[in-house]
Amino acid sequence: MSSVIATRGLAKQYGRLRAVDGIDLDVRAGDVYGFLGANGSGKTTTVRMLLGLVLPTRGEIDLLGERMPRAGRRVLPRVGALIEAPAAYGHLSGRENLALLDAAGPGGARRDRRRRVADVLEQVGLGGVGRRPVKAYSLGMRQRLGLAGALLRRPELLVLDEPTNGLDPQGISEIRELLLELHRGGTTIFLSSHLLAEVEQLCSRVGVLDRGRLVLQDDLATLTAPTGATVVRTPTPERVRATLDGRVAAVDGERVVVRGGDPAEVNALLVGAGIPVTGLAPERPTLEEVVLAAAATSADRVERAL
Amino acid sequence: MIAVELRKLFRRPRTWATIAVLNALPVLVAVLLVWTDLAPRPGEGPPFLSAVLTNGALYPLAALAIVLPLFLPIAVAVVAGDSVAGEAQAGTLRYLLARPAGRTRLLVAKLVAVLAFVLVTVLVVAAVGYLVGTTLFDAQPGAATSVSGTSLTPEELAVRTVLAIGYVAVSMLGVAAFALFFSTTTDSPLGATMGALAVLVTSSLLFTLDAASPIAPYLPTRYWLAFVDLFRDPVLWRDITRGLALQAVYVGVLLAAAWANFTTKDVTS
Repeated sequence: MSSVIATRGLAKQYGRLRAVDGIDLDVRAGDVYGFLGANGSGKTTTVRMLLGLVLPTRGEIDLLGERMPRAGRRVLPRVGALIEAPAAYGHLSGRENLALLDAAGPGGARRDRRRRVADVLEQVGLGGVGRRPVKAYSLGMRQRLGLAGALLRRPELLVLDEPTNGLDPQGISEIRELLLELHRGGTTIFLSSHLLAEVEQLCSRVGVLDRGRLVLQDDLATLTAPTGATVVRTPTPERVRATLDGRVAAVDGERVVVRGGDPAEVNALLVGAGIPVTGLAPERPTLEEVVLAAAATSADRVERAL
Repeated sequence: MIAVELRKLFRRPRTWATIAVLNALPVLVAVLLVWTDLAPRPGEGPPFLSAVLTNGALYPLAALAIVLPLFLPIAVAVVAGDSVAGEAQAGTLRYLLARPAGRTRLLVAKLVAVLAFVLVTVLVVAAVGYLVGTTLFDAQPGAATSVSGTSLTPEELAVRTVLAIGYVAVSMLGVAAFALFFSTTTDSPLGATMGALAVLVTSSLLFTLDAASPIAPYLPTRYWLAFVDLFRDPVLWRDITRGLALQAVYVGVLLAAAWANFTTKDVTS
């Protein structure tokens, strides 16, 4: 599959601080890529470098097969972006804001501008917003307007930084449906977030950033593949330990981890011994466990150097 | 891009509020003059004000001279200081650049928009001044008197007024260049505006100081009022040409610096 975002040794240094420290991102066409990392781990700096807002100290970026930031004028019209919070001119209507943004750069034809603006407003659920100025919008409406701006030119790649920020649960699920629908239509999505649940529900590939380094990059299915153990739920964990002597890896209340990847086999043994089983599943690591294992501490912590 | 910036500027209520406030002072002065009939003696007070009681057609020039030292530069510094830093503060700068608007294009468009603001403002002040002057005072378009005491034909007066408006606009372009440069160095529009005003205050202060006389010819505000020389007979070109050359140097250097800074900086706002 062709590469949509590829960076090699990408680094950004602010004075003595290495905000991003030599990362090799690899996002392929058709991916929904979850870019995870604690606050301050360098996610936003990376996103800004991809879009040519921050100039890298070292390293190379290829976006849709062309070198950034040099080819920005050709490439960026094919990319939709939501960078941190949405922003708009408060005294103008959402419609007018989108029209101005569209007119501000190449790749947005004037003759179908009105129709495209109406279409994306409809798509993000702001179709009936009328002429109200943006300063009268709620946080969720601003977020939807920001997303509309990103979708304005039917981009091949969407770069989204915390797209569900400020939305209520219904709004979050609505936006998730919209993103999945766009993805089915062939849009590659690069989703930067610190919300693990959001990434787990949406993404097919995950990259984890920890203090400027990419500590993990793989398919979500591989990362959360069964570990070869079975999780048994039972009100009598001691009897499980007695029956499956030596195969019990861990006991945590009513939850018993048994070595052996076939739940049916484990179940047959337990039922044969007359042990009540209330739950049975192959053990899979959650994304949270994978991320916590890969990334050491929260970057908010500022500890004394040793 | 330029059309986008012009639309943003002139669709903004603040732009028109600024222009309205700018016109309030000359109108107030005119009303007070008519009411009290106390004109400043020739050679005192703002230029041309002593002459308007006898000829209202000179009031556009008096109005420009009234707003030029303080109000006009403040208005220009506010608009130009806001141009880049205001977008940065509102967060719209990152979306414009990721659109991509192109950094050089954006800066040029901002400059053109500021230039349009300067021209519109100066023209509105002159037009309102003309309306006020011809309605409140005796207008004698046929018998204008130059600062030197000789009489000017209406054609001469019209040409010289247009030249004066142009000269004031060029002077304000210098202010705009300072504010635009500061605007690319900070994310705070207030900081950029204050920076430009600090330069102007410093310049005006040094101009009055004898010890600063060696650098006086290079102060940005040194030749601002030289447009009065257009109404001498014959026209005294020396200060006007020096003023134009000085502003050209300031504008050129500051715009180059603004461009160099803006095209290489990390946008983290």
